[in-house]
Amino acid sequence: MSSTVAAPGVISLREITKAFPGVVANDRISLDIVSGQVHCLLGENGAGKSTLISILAGIQQPDSGAIEVDGTPTPINSPKAAVDLGIGVVHQHSTLVPSFTVLENLMLGETGLMLGEKRARERLEELADLLGARIDPQALAGDLGLGQQQQVEIAKAMWKGSRLLILDEPTSMLTPQAIEKLAESVAQIKAQGLAVVFITHKLREAYQMGDCVTILRGGRNVGHIGVDQLATFTEAQAQSAILAAMFGEDISTAGAAELAGATEARREVDDLELGTKPIRLELHGVSTRGHGHDVDIQDVSLSVHEGEILGVAGIDGHGQSALAEVIAGQRPAAFGTIRFDGQAITRLGVRGRQQLGLRYVTDDRLHEGTVGGMSVAMNLVLKRIGQAPFWRFGQINRKAVNVEADRLIQEYEIKTPSSATRAGTLSGGNIQKVLLARELTHGARLVVVNKPTYGLDLKTVQHVREILTGFAAEGGSVLLLSTDLDELVELSHRIAVISGGEIVGIVPNDGRGTAERVGQLMTGAIEGTR
Amino acid sequence: MSDLLSASVLAAFITAIIVQTMPLIMAAIGETIGEQSGVLNLGIEGVMLVGAYSGYVAALASGSAWVGMLGGIAGGVVANLLMLVLNTWLGLNQIVIGLAITIMGEGLTSVLYLQNYSKHPQSVPQDAWPIPGLSDVPVVGPSIFRQSGIFWVLILVMIVVAFMLARTNWGLSIRAAGQKPSSLDAAGGSVMRTRTQAVLLNGAFVGLGGAFLSVITTGTFTAFMTGGLGFVAIVITMLSRGKVHWIVITSLIYGIAVAIKNPLQLVGVTVPADVFQMLPFVVVMLTLIIFARSSVVPPALGTSYTRGAR
Amino acid sequence: MIEETPRWRRVVDALVRSILPVVLALVVAGLIMLAMGSNPIDFYAGVWKYGLTGNNWQDSLRLMAPLMIIALGLIVAFRGQLWNLGYNGTYLLGSVVAAGFGPVLYPVMPGWIVTAILIVGAILIGAIWSILPAVLKARFGTNEIITSLVMSFIAIGVVNLLIKGPMHDPNPKVTAPQTATIPKADLLPVLDSTRVHIGVVIAIVLALVAQFVLSRTSFGVRLDVFGSSPKAAQHVGISRSWMIVLLFCMSGALIALAGSIDVLGNVTYQRANWNPAYGDAVMPFVFLARLSPLAAIPLVAFYSVFANGGINAARSVGLNSDFLLVVVGLILVFMTITEFVGAKRRLGQSYLPPGMRQTVLGLVQRRGTARRAKA
Repeated sequence: MSSTVAAPGVISLREITKAFPGVVANDRISLDIVSGQVHCLLGENGAGKSTLISILAGIQQPDSGAIEVDGTPTPINSPKAAVDLGIGVVHQHSTLVPSFTVLENLMLGETGLMLGEKRARERLEELADLLGARIDPQALAGDLGLGQQQQVEIAKAMWKGSRLLILDEPTSMLTPQAIEKLAESVAQIKAQGLAVVFITHKLREAYQMGDCVTILRGGRNVGHIGVDQLATFTEAQAQSAILAAMFGEDISTAGAAELAGATEARREVDDLELGTKPIRLELHGVSTRGHGHDVDIQDVSLSVHEGEILGVAGIDGHGQSALAEVIAGQRPAAFGTIRFDGQAITRLGVRGRQQLGLRYVTDDRLHEGTVGGMSVAMNLVLKRIGQAPFWRFGQINRKAVNVEADRLIQEYEIKTPSSATRAGTLSGGNIQKVLLARELTHGARLVVVNKPTYGLDLKTVQHVREILTGFAAEGGSVLLLSTDLDELVELSHRIAVISGGEIVGIVPNDGRGTAERVGQLMTGAIEGTR
Repeated sequence: MSDLLSASVLAAFITAIIVQTMPLIMAAIGETIGEQSGVLNLGIEGVMLVGAYSGYVAALASGSAWVGMLGGIAGGVVANLLMLVLNTWLGLNQIVIGLAITIMGEGLTSVLYLQNYSKHPQSVPQDAWPIPGLSDVPVVGPSIFRQSGIFWVLILVMIVVAFMLARTNWGLSIRAAGQKPSSLDAAGGSVMRTRTQAVLLNGAFVGLGGAFLSVITTGTFTAFMTGGLGFVAIVITMLSRGKVHWIVITSLIYGIAVAIKNPLQLVGVTVPADVFQMLPFVVVMLTLIIFARSSVVPPALGTSYTRGAR
Repeated sequence: MIEETPRWRRVVDALVRSILPVVLALVVAGLIMLAMGSNPIDFYAGVWKYGLTGNNWQDSLRLMAPLMIIALGLIVAFRGQLWNLGYNGTYLLGSVVAAGFGPVLYPVMPGWIVTAILIVGAILIGAIWSILPAVLKARFGTNEIITSLVMSFIAIGVVNLLIKGPMHDPNPKVTAPQTATIPKADLLPVLDSTRVHIGVVIAIVLALVAQFVLSRTSFGVRLDVFGSSPKAAQHVGISRSWMIVLLFCMSGALIALAGSIDVLGNVTYQRANWNPAYGDAVMPFVFLARLSPLAAIPLVAFYSVFANGGINAARSVGLNSDFLLVVVGLILVFMTITEFVGAKRRLGQSYLPPGMRQTVLGLVQRRGTARRAKA
């Protein structure tokens, strides 16, 4: 009994258009998805990939245009309709219920009264064999590692799927080893006759994983490299073709190629004689204790020098938040000491540390970093509430606030209709600029940044990196937490690797091979603890 | 002392426990189904009163307690429609709407009762189903085994609900809607449909509890008669974490606290009535303090869900 | 690019959003009245008559004093996204402090000192009673809706026990469960030749002070940040635990203050089982005022007139005064609907959720084409 033998055929998108207030996410996009092929959808953040996928998954409906299955127009009005058509999606963010077991997650959505546990177990075994994975049906989804979670999600997408499997940025949080496993699974799935759509913003992956490539930019389909063509291209040829489609005349934009993940990353920042620089931040044996959901850090010791960018590499969810928050003062250190410019600050609160020049740009821009309902101006002075000149005798001095806000808006090129605009209406990139503007002014000496370029378009990414390197060049220190290895290699003087809440090694960024060494530390740590 | 332990006193005590506990169990089951799917119904007090009133009216009109139960179910469902349309379908604030339902339920039932029945207050006919043989066993016989047939039906219903929540696809969907609604939709289910069912059942069970309170426990209707029972049900729900057997156990504790008034008086312990009215809440507060760490609430509780929201 | 709406437009919007729900509620309430056989026109005329004409406006103002201060207590908590639903119990605790200790202290100490002690005592009791739910939430995240409600029920019981017990009127001729009455000379002074006591003035002044603090001070900004996002508040360096306890205690203190002022200026004694449930009644107006103390003043004034007049008006058309609860509930419902419609309109979106919209549009379109085909 093999219900994974695919129905041969083509799923076509014809002139799909979808607009949201203020932006056209998909603009008359047409493309064909053929069974037995891996169709790679390539584009930078904001190009419209996610919207297109949610239309195929039945979560959104297009404003105009049609979807054809084997030539017949077939509207997909709900996720159920998509499932019935045999379309399965593995989203970027997990759709598993953390408190359910693997089996319960897989059975969710089935029809019929009784829980068909026996049948579900059999089907899981079948799919696990196909994917080359070992999954414990009774494990809680929330306890699984990210790689395993993804395997369960693929199994779920293929549960009833007989036609199309869509993978949305599947490699963004995986180790190199897990990425290889994923490639194997994809090959197997392809061999079964399914169509696979693979979404990414990295050129290298498009070439390695895809049989054909469609490039999206600004909501439009700006280029397509067919199966036969791609097969004959070398990697370099494929890259040129893709870059030409992506940027047209702008191909000479500095760093565009690297930003697009086309070439191997190289360090951009200048050399630094770390020995001669004083230590600004020092952690010694720091551990945090139990907030429940987050991974705690254990016995972390590291130091950041003046003018240094210390990168912290690691898989998402391995203690980065705890590390950032314990340094910022938002989380108490259960053990260990923290010193800033020689002064012990372990017991000092958030405000005290801010005043000493220790700043924190959080990765949760919308709910932690800014207050969406407040004006841009207020958000820019949010960490100086009560301080002169903005507040005198407890009372607000709006003029002073606006003067400062206008200054920062100009200096950091924040695009906003006015300083009174509600911060929640700004784009992601501009919100990030607000955060950077707020944290880096007024006596900042060291800033902890967590995933600063995540989800931003290329231009803003570049700007953010310039801001950070500029800050370091003038003597500021940066603790850069990121899941983007390329970014770490380009910006850091040294790279620490965090795994399971512990620092498993610090690699000096001094030439080729840094990425490999970091990758080895990451996988080695995982294999060691398993 | 021998008075206290006499068979008739004990039997009365047990009967009192049963009739005080049942409305609470029903309301808590209704609230559990709702909360497991992510809907906190602060209107439970109002819905219960509406169920009590409609149950009372139905029982009087038909002369049958059974019809009264059906009346309570109907009343509860109608009262909860406000929550269904405004919160589940349109996504408006659960807490405010819940409070509105409670306030309106209290006002409407009070006004209606005073208008229609206060001139001639009537009691509802009782009806018992003695179980042959067992009903003659001392103490337990006259109390447990001589209850209205409704009592037995409700026990059956409790078992069915427990089963449905734990071992069916439907129960899984309900829990997913409360844990992580996006997962349910992504899996091909429908959060809208699931929560609709949950809210309707919530109304039905809470209304049923109210009807039991008026028709069977007291035999009549009084304005504001629930006196906070709905909120006790919410606490019981939160402590029981979706398990029906825990609902029964914690509700029994409440029932005992309330029923113990009469036996104590017989022994000569005169405690003011106010203490007894306060006692369940004190017990609830102590429980909340002792178990402060572990009252686990579905993560999506109180939040509205829109598919594909940006 | 979001356009900035002109200021006058925003003011009109705000007015509509505050007044429309009340109007709709009154209309629907009128319909319900009709269904129950009473005449709504008579009722509303009665509200005007008993609420405003003659000296009745003074009674409405006396009602406004506790209502306004309770509203402030709710505003303080709700602005911080803290659901303090224990207002009924806290109110009674405040009033029983005045009603219970007043008759004992007034004969033996100068009047104004006693009044000060009673008011301060009420404030303290209100704050202390609110500490438990606050601490449970701050430490363990326990849902404050439930804890504040349960504490309220316990408070009601405690108050009853006190009134029936140690605080009972010592006069053997008084058999009803109530406290002794505070003699007229010791009550709060009244304005001029009216029956309006200075509690009303205190209420208005407090509202203005609250407005200033909330909109212009650093504390107000911190409160707003905390209310918008506790996560952001922590990020900014505002202590979550401290905020929760502070706001809850302030809220409880204000509500208890309202209770004591009501006793010292209006009711003069307290009966057991007396629960005017002012908090329930004033809550929708707090929301309608969008949690602004200044906007709450006219809205609470409106309700004071409506409630004062309504009690007698209801009786005059044969309805129980509990009918006012129905009106209050309706206002809450229409308020949420108005908010919803307003928000959708501002964003240019349909009022219906996406799934329903497709269905409705589909029906409309098909019917349209059918009609054309026929022609």
